[in-house]
Amino acid sequence: MAYSKKVVDKFENTLNNPQAFKVGKFDPKEVNVGTGMVGAPACGDVMKLQIKCEQKGNTHVIKDVKFKTYGCGSAIASSSELVEMLIGKTLEEAKEIKNKEIVDALELPPIKIHCSVLAEDSIKQAIKDFESKQ
Amino acid sequence: MELNSQSTIYLDYASTTPVDPRVASKMMEYLTPQGEFGNPASRSHRFGWAADEAVEEARSHVANLVNCDPREIVWTSGATEADNLAIKGIARFYKSKGNHIITSKIEHKAVLDPCRQLEREGFEVTYLDPNEGGIITPEAIKEALQENTVLVSIMHINNELGTLNDINSIGRVVKDHGAFFHVDAAQSTGKVDIDLSTLPVDLMSFSAHKTYGPKGIGALYVRRKPRVRIEAMIHGGGHERGMRSGTLATHQIVGMGEAFRLAKEEMENDIIRINSFHAEFLKEAMKIEHAYINGDVKNKVPNILNISFNFVEGESLIMGLKDIAVSSGSACTSASLEPSYVLRALGRKDELAHSSIRFSFGRFTEEADVKRTIKILGNVVERLRELSPLWEMHLDGIDLDAVEWDTH
Repeated sequence: MAYSKKVVDKFENTLNNPQAFKVGKFDPKEVNVGTGMVGAPACGDVMKLQIKCEQKGNTHVIKDVKFKTYGCGSAIASSSELVEMLIGKTLEEAKEIKNKEIVDALELPPIKIHCSVLAEDSIKQAIKDFESKQ
Repeated sequence: MELNSQSTIYLDYASTTPVDPRVASKMMEYLTPQGEFGNPASRSHRFGWAADEAVEEARSHVANLVNCDPREIVWTSGATEADNLAIKGIARFYKSKGNHIITSKIEHKAVLDPCRQLEREGFEVTYLDPNEGGIITPEAIKEALQENTVLVSIMHINNELGTLNDINSIGRVVKDHGAFFHVDAAQSTGKVDIDLSTLPVDLMSFSAHKTYGPKGIGALYVRRKPRVRIEAMIHGGGHERGMRSGTLATHQIVGMGEAFRLAKEEMENDIIRINSFHAEFLKEAMKIEHAYINGDVKNKVPNILNISFNFVEGESLIMGLKDIAVSSGSACTSASLEPSYVLRALGRKDELAHSSIRFSFGRFTEEADVKRTIKILGNVVERLRELSPLWEMHLDGIDLDAVEWDTH
């Protein structure tokens, strides 16, 4: 698999410095935390994304994010890339994030586009979970 | 060796081996105007005679390693062509005798794909499941034999697992039945003894590049007594007694001959070294929690070791092991996005196929390489598990099999 330098760097940085790259977990029971988990072990990738939000005016802003990903190098890089995009965004803005942005940022090869789709699904699910608690 | 002074450790010998420098220098003697560049088929001058002599000497070296008559060796472009020639060659030549073929689900694609082709031509093929250790048993063969079975093709050593089939016992079952027996032995030469003077095998495929020879050359053993006949696939000049036409690639053939001559000489030494690497690697790798060996460890060669590290995906593990060249059964490393069909055939969960890594050692592996790999491996598995939601769930006591996954 010929990955771009961006995927390789993102993967290695995340692996070598997990805290700085937001690897970890929040308590999913907290009311201001939304959790999304997508994928399946049998398919080779599972992404878990958690957002911690704060009320701002009549909307919510993503204050912090944690994630864990089981999957190939580009799946891990895609989650990590998405996490970077999320902090400081309102939920409305986060819902607008499209997998294409991840594909472009990491120069994902066509066979790995599904990793970015999975990442997009994970934020949608996390927001849905958060909204269901409000 | 220079291979080890580079920063990347090569542990993918089951995929291919470097050409032994002694082999490469011998090959160089058969290319240039100063060397013996002649066409072995030229009968009218000394250039041809010298090339022919080199080809026949190489044929003897190959025959000598597996204890057969040199006249039973047919040069091919590799083990893939040898497998094709054996399987299609027997099926088409003896089609009036029967149209049923038996093979296994863990064969190399070079055996499976010709079988699929024969199915399209009207043959019936039985694909046997291995046992959970990755072994094809003589009993399974016996049960699958039919009145119209014309050919059984079973590999000697599995390329992904290193598991070793008992081709002697399988061969007896097949011969008692009166069918032909082909063995893909691409992974065997220089690893285990092969004695074709006593083995009940009719055809056997060999490759040079798995045994420190060059890529692009292989051979098919075709038994003479009793005579086994095959229909040729390539026509044009009647080389190799009509079984495989085309000008012989003298330098490639000389390379294979020299590689096999060295294999006979060095096999004992290679096995002792690799046995000790295997023992050490296995002992250390098994200290990693939830690491599982794929394939029957009591019934395999020591140069191949296939391990699944549960809760970690294989491709990410390979990326984490960036200074170590290994391969994986993970879907993500294949163009098809399907996990290894060999590991799936063992009947284990797909997750374990996704998490598998094949380490394979060889003649130029050194103890320092093994030690360094083990050290890096434990560290990378641990860090990837820190990243893995599955590992977290496992630690929280969640049964991953009971979770309803969002399959995509």
